[in-house]
Amino acid sequence: MHAQAELPDQVADEACARVGNDRHRLLDVLLTVQHRCRWIAPAAIDRIAARLGLTALAVRGVASFYSFLSLEPRGHITIRLCDDIIDRHAGYDGVLAAFEDALGIRLGGISADGAVSLDATPCIGLCDQAPAAMVNDVVLAGLTPERARDAARALKAGARPEDLVSPVFDSLSAHERVRAAVANNIRLSGDVLLGEVPREAGLRRALALTPEQIIAAITASGLRGCGGAGFPAGRKWEAAAREAAARRFIICNADEGEPGTFKDRVLLTERPHLLIEGMTIAARAVGAREGILYLRGEYAYLRDHLEAVLAERRAAGLLGVGILGTPGFDFDIRLQLGAGAYICGEEGALISSCEGLRGEPKTRPPFPVQRGYLGFPTVVNSVETLCHAARILDRGPEWFFAMGTPGSHGTKLFSVSGDCRAPGIYELPYGVSVQELLHLAGAEDAAAVQVGGPSGVMIGRDSFHRQLSFDDLATGGAIIVFSGARNILEIVDYYLSFFVHESCGYCTPCRVGNVFLREAIAKFRNGHANAEDVAYLRSLSATIIETSRCGLGTTSPNPVLSTLAHFPLVYSVVTKPSDDGLQATFDIQSAIENARGIAKRRSFVFDRDFSQ
Amino acid sequence: MSAPRKARVATVSLAGCFGCHMALLDIDLRLVELLKHVEFDRSPLNDLKHFTRHCDIGIIEGGCCNEENVHVLQDFRRNCDVLIALGQCAITGGLPAMRNAIMHSDDPLRECLEEAYVLSPYVTNPTHVIPNDPALPLLLDKVYPCSAVVKIDHQIPGCAPSGDIIYETLVQLLAGRFDGFDPHTIHFD
Amino acid sequence: MTDAAFTLTIDGTVVAAKPGQTIMEAADAAGIYIPRLCDHQGLRHQGGCRVCTVKAAGRSVAACTQPAAPGLAVENETPHLHALRRDLVEMLFHEGNHLCPICEASGNCELQAMAYRLGMIEPSKFPYLEPTRPVDASHPDIALDTNRCISCGRCIRASEDVDGKGVFGYVGRGIHRRVAVDGADLAHTDAALSDHAVSADVCPVGCIIRKREGFRVPIGERDFDHHLIGETIAEKRR
Repeated sequence: MHAQAELPDQVADEACARVGNDRHRLLDVLLTVQHRCRWIAPAAIDRIAARLGLTALAVRGVASFYSFLSLEPRGHITIRLCDDIIDRHAGYDGVLAAFEDALGIRLGGISADGAVSLDATPCIGLCDQAPAAMVNDVVLAGLTPERARDAARALKAGARPEDLVSPVFDSLSAHERVRAAVANNIRLSGDVLLGEVPREAGLRRALALTPEQIIAAITASGLRGCGGAGFPAGRKWEAAAREAAARRFIICNADEGEPGTFKDRVLLTERPHLLIEGMTIAARAVGAREGILYLRGEYAYLRDHLEAVLAERRAAGLLGVGILGTPGFDFDIRLQLGAGAYICGEEGALISSCEGLRGEPKTRPPFPVQRGYLGFPTVVNSVETLCHAARILDRGPEWFFAMGTPGSHGTKLFSVSGDCRAPGIYELPYGVSVQELLHLAGAEDAAAVQVGGPSGVMIGRDSFHRQLSFDDLATGGAIIVFSGARNILEIVDYYLSFFVHESCGYCTPCRVGNVFLREAIAKFRNGHANAEDVAYLRSLSATIIETSRCGLGTTSPNPVLSTLAHFPLVYSVVTKPSDDGLQATFDIQSAIENARGIAKRRSFVFDRDFSQ
Repeated sequence: MSAPRKARVATVSLAGCFGCHMALLDIDLRLVELLKHVEFDRSPLNDLKHFTRHCDIGIIEGGCCNEENVHVLQDFRRNCDVLIALGQCAITGGLPAMRNAIMHSDDPLRECLEEAYVLSPYVTNPTHVIPNDPALPLLLDKVYPCSAVVKIDHQIPGCAPSGDIIYETLVQLLAGRFDGFDPHTIHFD
Repeated sequence: MTDAAFTLTIDGTVVAAKPGQTIMEAADAAGIYIPRLCDHQGLRHQGGCRVCTVKAAGRSVAACTQPAAPGLAVENETPHLHALRRDLVEMLFHEGNHLCPICEASGNCELQAMAYRLGMIEPSKFPYLEPTRPVDASHPDIALDTNRCISCGRCIRASEDVDGKGVFGYVGRGIHRRVAVDGADLAHTDAALSDHAVSADVCPVGCIIRKREGFRVPIGERDFDHHLIGETIAEKRR
């Protein structure tokens, strides 16, 4: 029912030729091979290595790093079901069972004819319409078992994944295709990003200013990075502009991988021009001629739409040589697709990924603004930050500065999901309380709120009065609501599994420590923990946080520490004193189960004799 | 006032080679001094096979590779105030734990037994039967260090530990305190 | 930046440094040992094992990659850092299969020596992960047991930068990240016994094994049987 797969070495040849045999574009080459052959075959690895002047091992090293690249064959139709905790709460099990049943394969499997494979993947940015799945390059949101079964049957009958999105998919524009697949769920528009936005007003004003004046405006506005860390944007731009260098780069970080976050999805869908305008202004400010839009692999369905926007802007003289007729102002952007790696949201790892390397964070210092992409000064800003920058140039820094709180200016997009009536995007000034946001979202039953996603903190009702801002509860924007019916230890367990899956493995504490942390939580969930294990959780967490190399490891124990702080009873009710000195985790029955089967007799030490 | 009673010490070799018990004897002449403060209860040194009384110190050589090891170790935990894991096998599983890492198949224990009793070119076993006498304790799915089965209070590293480090540790424990080892005396081999 | 030398302090001792030096390089030159596993003389710094974590101006950083800076106050030998480092070393022990009594590297092993130095003697709370990776003994002169690998990457950097070969490299991610060879197995690479990457002092553990050399030096007469790791660096001060 499907065309024979193409020959891997031929595809590899074409893919390498398309990027001019540039080894820094290895990720693009691998994505092309994966897309067309459905795996990275050894023959393809050898050919790519020869073309790009790399060892086969180096190619394999990169291919084995990213979840969406596979060293084993995957189906012509590759289904990736999102198994985030929100999806689990929204019916993941039923949807998975429906897919398995209708496709005749298990999770992780591939059908005998190679037509379909079924895998799970962490958050794909659709928590407001969970459960959701990626099917090749399209997404299916709001799945039910019935819809999953229908989709599986249609695919088996020869339908293309695109047909599942819309029967008239081919006749839709790139933007319409996105809108047909995914609802924006904009619940509240603020003044800065989601309200009326005049086209190119910020860019036109920027062109009347010197680069120094642009940076001064951004600095004066109080704009801080919206990805979570909150570094002042003006200082970043200023630092990159100050470095003496032959080339400079602007990179937009559209790799929002923090579970529960989907604001960039909405901005990329509805405000792509504002984003590119912001990148163009940043380029003007720091003297960059080249930009990269790093789009997470989970958002591959947005690629055609964004490429169309870039093409439109080139045609309109908003990108390319002499932008808006300004001599010497040249800037263009390439789109870099990611391939399933949360760590690439870290700016050093993102740069590594753009360079065709394993997505491992870089040693700091030097910082990216000093030596970033290919060793040149590089500004990495999030989608939201760059959109804000364009608006600040249009309306002036005072306008932006006046909104929010003394340490957190402007508005913030909150991605609200979980146990609430109105999941979606809320644009509100910094300083709004958790309580107000929960009220807007219809989350009266909220018992716990995960602020900032797994790397943030989980708070309980006694903290709902707190403010969302850098001065109180800092957040990249994810607000995940849990009702009293949810099992907090299950949530913590899931988040730790997520960090174990997404750790790059570069440094010891994050690579190994997170595995130990997850096993320790399993001990609590299985009722084997004693009071000493609480101290163990704290000390292991402290070691991981203090010694890890990047932000992943310095925040991965947060689900444990914040629930220990805000929900101590969750731990104490499952903790048993152990005064007999025997380890509760050691189970003699399971330890001798195999031997009993081989010997075909009972244990004369631990089993009772029922024959007497 | 009567003299303080002697500390009661029990020892056992689980999945070990008795090398650590030999090392215990490497204390040499100081053993005589030690015996002024110590009396042995259950131990292969006096062939006493059961506890006669609750003990102060239990010294464990070897990890747990079968059900009997588990049973004995749990018995030691119940009957001793302080448990010492003596040597690398007790501490990490040691040499017997090599089988934990070489088991690749879905049915690793069977593979291990078949290799040992049937398939290996060095085995002569015309019946091709894996020994299954009721007197043989069932093997565990893998070899466990003692600390995975019961709470262990102290560890004396080495394969085998030197007589010196054993003696120094016992003297400190009998005095009611343990300050750790001089790093120069620590060896895992 | 000027090339003028400056000073910093390590545990209160004034240490001279030059611009471009890391904290560890300055410490080594001054005869102050900062424990490390992934860092190795003559190879690029990796900053992966984190055993060299120090406090610099109150912040915990890897001494092997953190630049020395004028007036920087560095803490090295504190009980707190000692405990962190011991946790890290213990993590490495539990991540792989490190059964010292059966390992040819015992006595020359830097991981083991670090455990001695840091006093890793308490019953561990960490679980054993017990990897079951196949041993690669295909090469006539060299064998590879990655169950003992601690991901220090020293062989990778030595092969790339010194030998100009790229025999070794990382594959996989997270806890599955490990060292692999550029070929179906070691015999199908251009690895040679003369490579710096497979020389005795590059692999800190018993992962890369040179055949027919085993036990030439008996246990009890090896590098760390009589002195602690780092003592040769500290001797420079005397």
